[in-house]
Amino acid sequence: MIEYLTPAESQALLLSLRVSGAAVACAMPFAFLTAILLARRPLGGSVLGGLVHLPLVLPPVAVGYLLLVVFGARAPLGAWLDANLGIRFVFSWTGAALASALITFPLQVRAIRLALDSADPGLADAARTLGAGPLDRLVNITLPSAVPGLVSGAITAFSASLGEFGAIITFVSNIPGETQTLPLAIYAALQTPGGETQAARLCVMSIVLALFFLTAGELTFRRLWR
Amino acid sequence: MTLEVSLRHQAGSFTLEAQFATQGRVTALFGPSGAGKSTIVAAVAGLIRPGRGRVALDGRVLTDVPGVFVRAERRRIAVVFQDARLFPRMSVRDNLLFGWRRAAAKADTATIAHVIDLLGLEPLLPRLPRKLSGGEKSRVALGRALLASPEMLLLDEPLASLDAARRGEILPYLDRLARETRLPMLYVSHHVDEVARLADEIVVLEAGRVKAQGSVFDLLTDVDAIAGVPPLGAVFEAEVREHRDDGLTVLAFDGGVLYVRQLAGGTGTRMRVRLRAEDIMLALKQPEAVSANNVLACTVKEIRTSGDEADVQLMCGATRLVARITASSRARLGLAPGMPLYAVVKSVTVERGAE
Repeated sequence: MIEYLTPAESQALLLSLRVSGAAVACAMPFAFLTAILLARRPLGGSVLGGLVHLPLVLPPVAVGYLLLVVFGARAPLGAWLDANLGIRFVFSWTGAALASALITFPLQVRAIRLALDSADPGLADAARTLGAGPLDRLVNITLPSAVPGLVSGAITAFSASLGEFGAIITFVSNIPGETQTLPLAIYAALQTPGGETQAARLCVMSIVLALFFLTAGELTFRRLWR
Repeated sequence: MTLEVSLRHQAGSFTLEAQFATQGRVTALFGPSGAGKSTIVAAVAGLIRPGRGRVALDGRVLTDVPGVFVRAERRRIAVVFQDARLFPRMSVRDNLLFGWRRAAAKADTATIAHVIDLLGLEPLLPRLPRKLSGGEKSRVALGRALLASPEMLLLDEPLASLDAARRGEILPYLDRLARETRLPMLYVSHHVDEVARLADEIVVLEAGRVKAQGSVFDLLTDVDAIAGVPPLGAVFEAEVREHRDDGLTVLAFDGGVLYVRQLAGGTGTRMRVRLRAEDIMLALKQPEAVSANNVLACTVKEIRTSGDEADVQLMCGATRLVARITASSRARLGLAPGMPLYAVVKSVTVERGAE
């Protein structure tokens, strides 16, 4: 498939996959724990729930801006991470992944929470009477019952992440090969005189990619729940 | 085994204030739904922390709130829940071994094989729980609890979600279990059949309080104790005396003999027998030419009338029986305590071979 694409196109495609993959994988453990917290305490969790779902309703540009404020090169946390751990998000693909992770976080949490809610709450009690402690239950009872949610949440979040634009361009700018994912490449092509054909090609790529992952997600989901 | 329970627990508008101690091998917690049976099970298992109270097993204090509260996973008290609660993503084999893997003192392979054999689980081992019938799930849940090598087994209406046919299928397993393993059990039920068959000791609960407690032989004839939970009937032990050529087996008990349809079990085998109150007719004189095989000479001990029904407690030798007749029959016969009379037994249920 790669040979039909120009080097720049395949670069954008691979970067998109890498950014989205990293975003989903890094956010998943946190999404799992957040979903458990939300499932356990429906009332006390409402503040947390609102906070988690905020990226879903905020303008992505606002999220990107907030990320700059927190993780920017001159922001306290950003500067500290850079100085002490050598982690830099700004102008880097890891920053794009961070932005995507944050934006798609609620999608993962929701899917996992749905799976947890539909699981039998009595199973944990049964496990306790059989000698399973808290960590044991988390790994052997809660995690397996969350698997359908983890998988469907990951696929939905991954597909959504492929389309993330506002937060990425605001936080880490539009650098080919580093932060220029497919949507950013489309935007760049449209900004270039005579770039419509390029934009159209990238657009078709996006559509094919999105359809592929949505279908894959649907099929996996059905298998898991059956 | 001695189980001491003393609890005060408030859950919404329901107050549990129950206190009992039992030494029976199989103790039945008996009573209508909402009486607090499941709350007691949860408290004994350590799944809820009671407002106040104490739970001790053989002097080992599990709960003494405020103060001591051993967590459920450390109690070594296994529970068989009404809804089985098998882990849906594990095979039957993994379900069975879940508690075993976590037990400090693991049952050996011979014991595992024995439990699998006892409960007929061999063909189910590779399957997932969703492929099992209700009765099969109950058996797996029972096996899983046993293999955790618990010090006590709590059975919270393990048969309640099953229809009569399935219940009849599982009861013999429970029965074998109660006899073969020396495991103390607390058995929650609102079915007299199950209690009469399995229990040694009964604790009757009503609205969060202990209403009566006693041996299964005494309590099931006691109309006050188990009022509202029919059917009433006497349970007692009898011994096979002989198998006759005419197809009847003679059972001897403390008060006479009973003739029942041919039974398995050699002479001297002890059986648990149940006579339902509805299945006993009363006669003032020795009846002649009746179809019933069993006519027992008794004395009236006590009569309790409620509405248009009368429950007559009888002593047949040292054995307590109970007959349910109409209030008008009672008046017609002029029954009074101390009167000698004859109990015509229409049907005898042999519940199980006692050990």
